[in-house]
Amino acid sequence: MTATTAQTRRSMPATGDTLLDVQNLEKYFPIRGGLLSRVVGNVKAVNDVSFKIGRGEVVGLVGESGSGKTTAGRAILRLIEPTGGQVLFNGTDITKLSKGQMRDYRREMQIIFQDPFASLNPRMTVSDIIGEAMQIHNLHPGKGRIDRIAELLQKVGLRPEHMRRYPHEFSGGQRQRIGIARALAVDPAFIVADEPVSALDVSIQAQVVNLLQDLQEELGLTVLFIAHDLAVVEYICDRIIVMYLGRVMEIAPSRQLNTNPKHPYTEALLSAAPVPDPTVKRQRIILEGDIPSPINPPSGCVFRTRCRYAIADCANIVPELREVSPGHFKACIRDDIL
Amino acid sequence: MTHQGEVLLAVNGLKTYFSTDDGVVKSVDGVTFHINKGETLAVVGESGSGKSVTSLSVMRLIPTPPGKIVEGEILFTGKDGVQKDIVKLSEADMRKIRGNDISMIFQEPMTSLNPVYTVGDQIAEAVMLHQGKNKKDAMGVATDMLRFVGIPAPEKRVNEYPHQMSGGMRQRVMIAMALSCKPALLIADEPTTALDVTIQAQILDLMRKLQADVGMSILFITHNLGVVAEMADRVVVMYGGRVVEEGDVVEIFKAPRHPYTMGLLNSIPRPGEAHEPGQPKGRLEAIPGNVPNPLSLPPGCAFEPRCKFAVPDCSKAVPALEDTGHGHMSRCIRWRDFAQAQNEVTA
Repeated sequence: MTATTAQTRRSMPATGDTLLDVQNLEKYFPIRGGLLSRVVGNVKAVNDVSFKIGRGEVVGLVGESGSGKTTAGRAILRLIEPTGGQVLFNGTDITKLSKGQMRDYRREMQIIFQDPFASLNPRMTVSDIIGEAMQIHNLHPGKGRIDRIAELLQKVGLRPEHMRRYPHEFSGGQRQRIGIARALAVDPAFIVADEPVSALDVSIQAQVVNLLQDLQEELGLTVLFIAHDLAVVEYICDRIIVMYLGRVMEIAPSRQLNTNPKHPYTEALLSAAPVPDPTVKRQRIILEGDIPSPINPPSGCVFRTRCRYAIADCANIVPELREVSPGHFKACIRDDIL
Repeated sequence: MTHQGEVLLAVNGLKTYFSTDDGVVKSVDGVTFHINKGETLAVVGESGSGKSVTSLSVMRLIPTPPGKIVEGEILFTGKDGVQKDIVKLSEADMRKIRGNDISMIFQEPMTSLNPVYTVGDQIAEAVMLHQGKNKKDAMGVATDMLRFVGIPAPEKRVNEYPHQMSGGMRQRVMIAMALSCKPALLIADEPTTALDVTIQAQILDLMRKLQADVGMSILFITHNLGVVAEMADRVVVMYGGRVVEEGDVVEIFKAPRHPYTMGLLNSIPRPGEAHEPGQPKGRLEAIPGNVPNPLSLPPGCAFEPRCKFAVPDCSKAVPALEDTGHGHMSRCIRWRDFAQAQNEVTA
């Protein structure tokens, strides 16, 4: 294990200016059972995940439910405590920081949640929601804070007079804009966007995607964009990380991942997405069965039980993430496929 | 898909209204469409478009009060070959149709199965009711149905409870239940929205195979245009409680004649359109504004406030649903302009 993890770390893409360097991140949730509530097992939600994000880069984190993508996103921000590994932010390992020290870093790292209905406190006005983080970090004290809130609302396509209203007075798309304004309130360098458009109507999704893209470019934000929809991700991300059952399967620049996937899981995921063109009839790769339980994942490669290229060795070897072409990494032992 | 051209279900001028404290919500306001035998009709729309209320009206599952079918007819020809108007049927007659001639699968397979009964019991219930089979035979049918929808070890699974199964498995159980009495019409209300894409691909694949086997018609309600392209023969696009466009699936995607449909098609990211490294990223063409409030729809065309092609006449009266040729219908006063523009591009 130690040998492979060291190799994994070395083989990660080295961009000129790395903002976030995630090394062998691990999040196990203990399962307790029996009379004494002893730990009888672990849900390995995130297992040995390593990647880097360059400053100003937009990276997609894609996977199905149970892949660990949301857990990874939250563990990076320490919204849940990782059980292993390091998260280097600007070179500092934030997993070692105390709560008080962490507070200063939280100013730099914010999150946008999936559900615009559950993530805004219904009893707070929009100005309270957006101003709360500024208050905690003592930014823009006094009258300046109201001006700043007004400015943020305009930035996300709402009007300053909206600040006195409550969340229930807004539509889903507008609420997501409030969530974005809240994340931007403390001038963060890094944002985790956890499925920010999945809960929105189709005609509203494009508005929010465009807004995120504009803000990212204008403010030079670094973004980890978590999603299950590869089509949205490839549109706005520079690179994409594909996860399955807690592990990274493939990392590649967006276009390369879509046109030339190197991992059988990515191939199947791309093939499964329905194409909005009725004249296209293609042979689809239908994956058999369901994603296995993360309590007892398959030995060797976690994807082998559903992989059409699996060979005997796949059950014995945990494939390391290795670079197969510049900037393109895959965790698969076979080079004679794809 | 078999096109026998024989109409199975004809919805004419359906109006389903809900009375609320704030006023009457015209969820479905004069909807007309039909489904032929063996055909898949997709109804596309966003939240508040009235697509789900339309399907619940066909099943007569509108909670009354507050809801009510106030006008229109729903003509359906059941397995007995007799055409009936579902709006006028007694509750007892309706019960004979539900689950037998028309069945329905829902978006959330977790909440639409009863957690305290085994899946076998739940499938057998409809079989005993509609086919008069005894419990033992009905459980046999349940096992066969589970095998039919591709559940491994059906003899064992038939005695399991919903919580013992994954989301995709549960949706298969729902489908097994819906098909157990060989219905003429299957209503599928967002059946894959809660599922992962690889599981969605499995379920869509299964639905296509079963349709070919059983020969039923499918009313497929969805907001996912990718799923529409894959499953539908014909498409109905709804907005603000009305049908705004209807036509053959290829026509709808290649030559849309309503600005809302055009906007939807432009606003979705298409697979394989990622930018080259170092090149500027693409931009989606978003539809501005919000889905209209059903309590205060615009006086004319419901889409007018968001429409980039709107002219003053658009807000004067609700446009009629006009035939643009070959049964391709559009509720837009400017459809001729779009047809002409497209002809000029192709010419």
